[in-house]
Amino acid sequence: MSSTPILTVEDLQVRFPGRVATVEAVRGVSFEVGREKLGIVGESGSGKSMTGRAILRLVPPPGRVTARRLEFEGTDLLAASEPAMRDIRGHRIAMVLQDPKFSLNPVMPVGDQVAEAWRVHSGASWRESRRRALEMLEAVRIRNPERVYGAYPHEVSGGMGQRVMIAMMLAAGPDLLIADEPTSALDVTVQMQVLAILDDLVTERGMGLVFISHDLNLVASFCDRVLIMYAGRIVETCRARDLAAARHPYTQGLLRSLPRIDRPVAELAVLDRDPAWRDGPTA
Amino acid sequence: MSLSRSAPAILEVDGLHVIFGQGSDAVHAVRDVSFRVAEGAAFGLVGESGSGKTTVLRAIAGLVAPAAGRIAVAGQVQRAHREPAFARVCQMVFQDPYGSLHPRHTVDRVLSEPLAIHGFARRGEADRRIERALSEVGLGPGFRFRYPHQLSGGQRQRVSIARALILEPRILLLDEPTSALDVSVQAEILNLLARLRRERGLTYVLVSHNLAIVAHLCERLLVMNAGRVVEELTEGQLRAAAPAEPYTRQLLQASLGYDRQAAAQLTTFD
Repeated sequence: MSSTPILTVEDLQVRFPGRVATVEAVRGVSFEVGREKLGIVGESGSGKSMTGRAILRLVPPPGRVTARRLEFEGTDLLAASEPAMRDIRGHRIAMVLQDPKFSLNPVMPVGDQVAEAWRVHSGASWRESRRRALEMLEAVRIRNPERVYGAYPHEVSGGMGQRVMIAMMLAAGPDLLIADEPTSALDVTVQMQVLAILDDLVTERGMGLVFISHDLNLVASFCDRVLIMYAGRIVETCRARDLAAARHPYTQGLLRSLPRIDRPVAELAVLDRDPAWRDGPTA
Repeated sequence: MSLSRSAPAILEVDGLHVIFGQGSDAVHAVRDVSFRVAEGAAFGLVGESGSGKTTVLRAIAGLVAPAAGRIAVAGQVQRAHREPAFARVCQMVFQDPYGSLHPRHTVDRVLSEPLAIHGFARRGEADRRIERALSEVGLGPGFRFRYPHQLSGGQRQRVSIARALILEPRILLLDEPTSALDVSVQAEILNLLARLRRERGLTYVLVSHNLAIVAHLCERLLVMNAGRVVEELTEGQLRAAAPAEPYTRQLLQASLGYDRQAAAQLTTFD
């Protein structure tokens, strides 16, 4: 963790009131993000995506977000007005989601979408924005940006689409990027290339990155620190490179249940969920 | 491994070509793919998206028509339309357990249909088979009259496997059977598949993009890229990081996790 945190989260709660019972999706999560790559790992239903969305106040109704503190570079995100939030979203905190197919406008060339993002954030002319968009497509290592600029989302591959999403986000030059499973839909080699782009952004621009993923090996090799979530809580926090030495039985169980190329086993270990993990002490 | 060399092949694919579309829009999805799988073996088809691995599996199942080539299953050369007997030899488990079960059919109905089609409809016989299939995949009789929305992802995939097993086939075609599941549930399904194969002497053809899963379940694997075979290798060669082809070595490297240096050296193979 580096000096001053970009984001401070204390006792974050996300609840969905229902007719029968209230679902507690996130139950008292606290963490800080500096100029680093922070991984949030968990299985489906662990609350990892809701944590990411709550930071941008994008939890869908009837969900309710509360926190003792939710502070981004001096701004109280929970108290901020909706216009103030709109200024923060995309501009200072950006989000990249899993599937570019559902995040891009299907009836607009991808280059124009990047240019529009630049125009909105800088107030530049269309002409200038177009030039910057081409630069940004080049920055995410798209080989012939001129051709890709005019392509519609259905004409580009998944890896290309995700690069376009990152180029759009570059246009705003955010201080914090929340990436929710940004590479899960991509082939492993394309995934490596997209991660390298994110890695360089953190190193070169001093951006903070919250990397939400279900893939333990990926997070261990890519991030600096990891939070492991289970049933809406953080059960363990550790340095990514020390993940193999995790202490919480849930983390250990998850790691053991993965087949590994370098370590053949006859039978995979199956996770025995201990009810005490829901509320027990964290490691 | 010696197994696939000595034992007779239950599945033979020779010079398979699959072409989608016509004229200038034609996509040559599978180009000259050949392999054979011995009875009781588990064979992996590995590759990235667009490699043609799933198309090969669908061609074996009779879901896409080959443009050329020969597919023989249990000694029978397959024609464009599959005979009903084919379903009693070869069955498929699909990737997405959320999409592959009819949302308004109970588990009982899902499992009864193949039995009715193949003339095992006598109530006693059907009951016995359904109960056996459910218990074999680790679901109690209590699951028999549930709907898919009342099941978790892992339980749905168990129902899909039970449906594939109910006609007691000899070959299972598995298309990314765990990629929609959480890792802890994935381990349960992989263990289930390994146990069923052991107990029933089943033959598997497994399509996956995940090399670790293929190495865990299969003895041999075929690596594909852009519709072509890159190489065939054994699980041991894969684990020893000794593939002959640069494409496979790069795939293996990328599967081991993020590495900034390795990412800078990635090349495109066409």
